[in-house]
Amino acid sequence: MSSLSSARLKRSIALHLFLTPLALLWLFPLWMMVVFSTMPDNGIFSPGIELLPHGNFVDNFNNLQRDTDFVGAIIISVCVAVTYTVLSVMLTSMAGWALARYQFVGKGVVVAIILGTITLPYAVVLIPQFIMVARDFQLANTWVALIVPPLFNSLGVLFMRQSFSMMPDDLFDAARVEGVKEWRIFVFVALPLARPMLAALCIILFLASWNNYLWPLLINSQPGSMTAPVALGTLIGLTKVSWGGIMAGAVMLTVPMLVVFVLLQRHFIAGIAAGAVK
Amino acid sequence: MRNRNATAYRFLTPYLLIFAIFWVWPIISSFLISFQATRTVPWRFAPGFNWGRLIGDPAFFNALKNTLLILVIQVPVMITLAMVMAVLLNSPLLKARGLYRFAFFAPVVVGEVAYSAVFRLMFSLDFGIINKLLNSIGLPKIDWFSNVTPAMALIMIAVTWRWAGYNAIILLAGMQSIPEDVYEAATLDRVSKLKQFFFITLPLLKPVIVFCAVLSIIGTMQLFTEPFLITERGGPGGGTETLGLLLYRQGFRSLNFGYASAVAYTMAALAIAITLVQLWLTREPK
Repeated sequence: MSSLSSARLKRSIALHLFLTPLALLWLFPLWMMVVFSTMPDNGIFSPGIELLPHGNFVDNFNNLQRDTDFVGAIIISVCVAVTYTVLSVMLTSMAGWALARYQFVGKGVVVAIILGTITLPYAVVLIPQFIMVARDFQLANTWVALIVPPLFNSLGVLFMRQSFSMMPDDLFDAARVEGVKEWRIFVFVALPLARPMLAALCIILFLASWNNYLWPLLINSQPGSMTAPVALGTLIGLTKVSWGGIMAGAVMLTVPMLVVFVLLQRHFIAGIAAGAVK
Repeated sequence: MRNRNATAYRFLTPYLLIFAIFWVWPIISSFLISFQATRTVPWRFAPGFNWGRLIGDPAFFNALKNTLLILVIQVPVMITLAMVMAVLLNSPLLKARGLYRFAFFAPVVVGEVAYSAVFRLMFSLDFGIINKLLNSIGLPKIDWFSNVTPAMALIMIAVTWRWAGYNAIILLAGMQSIPEDVYEAATLDRVSKLKQFFFITLPLLKPVIVFCAVLSIIGTMQLFTEPFLITERGGPGGGTETLGLLLYRQGFRSLNFGYASAVAYTMAALAIAITLVQLWLTREPK
């Protein structure tokens, strides 16, 4: 028995000796983001190797705010992401419920189309979306333009369909026998039962909106209407710009999400892993 | 399950409405736009105008070549790495699992702009931490931004860092859904762990691996932000220009919507081909 456990010990040590450097390598860019955000610009562009944080974060942030209205952009990003999440959760859970719980004409077609769009490049719809929103609806540089077009989300619907179809039939049938209307069953019976899945969905949707770059870059290009990633992106590549400031912005975009990730890891992983379990 | 057309469609209508306006119509519309000359007012129907230009455009073939090169190298490397991460994170021998999970999964929440900025700074020629570290162990500096090969490598490194953990999450979930007793039986029969991986885990995980590969291919095919921000608009000299960047440049810099739509449909054709291969790979054996 002791030889077996010493073999296990050796295997365990080998495992950690391999995985620890890999983990450190993976954390390195995030660590350097924090370090850069606390260094003055002349420290970032000096020949020495600096691997520990300094105390310059507030100055860097002030430099960033001087280069672009980052606080304003953050406010837009937060409002847009919250509104988007609420609306998108409503739409996807309603659609998921219909697909999981009713038999209806055209159901096969709807499911096939949703599955098909997962592998369809977004590039195909990008140009007409832009022409429609900017030229036909005249909605460029508004919150509506940021929120509404991305509302179509196929993975979210499939995730909610799967969640609702795993619930036992009796639950809903009992309510039906008592004459409860379908939408009340959905709102007061089904949704509360799906709370963990809804939490996972909320996190994934919020993150998608918070980090969205290409569409906001195209449609909200006026300085006062940019989201935070777009505002930050306009500074990258400029010659007279504070890189410490850019890093302070990157930290402000990233660290809140890392905190959410640590606190709600289980929901997070469930939301992403939904693709694997069909 | 009840047959109720009206109720079902009442629940589906808002979603399908968004879908019709912002997806169905654009899919048709960009197909039509690709057959129009869009730099004249009003646009005029000219079937060969954009597609004819496309097949003779060196910029298109350069972007196509770069995109396929990134695909062919980056996706297999990343999926293999994600597999290694998933297998090792799944090991019962691992201590402090939460810390390792955090390290590999954290990039999933980092936005493209934030990490592009960090990578750009880390890899800069004279003051980048990567070159400083290379120098300190006696290796020469690498000029990541002025030469095509290192610039391409940098794009691949950045994308792999961002997405390996995402794929590891999906693979890990797939592994954990394989019943435990399959492995217990194999262990009783003295099948080595390595053989268990190749003869149990891999075959059972095939649909999940293919799913990851297809999502990664479609994602990488549309690569835009990294060459846009890290290597400065596809530099050096178009060396990291991708189809996504070409589409952006043509559609939203030159406002040539017709030509950009033709590029978009080329990407769609590639995606459809890849999806068909996926369906063929994961078909039910007869």
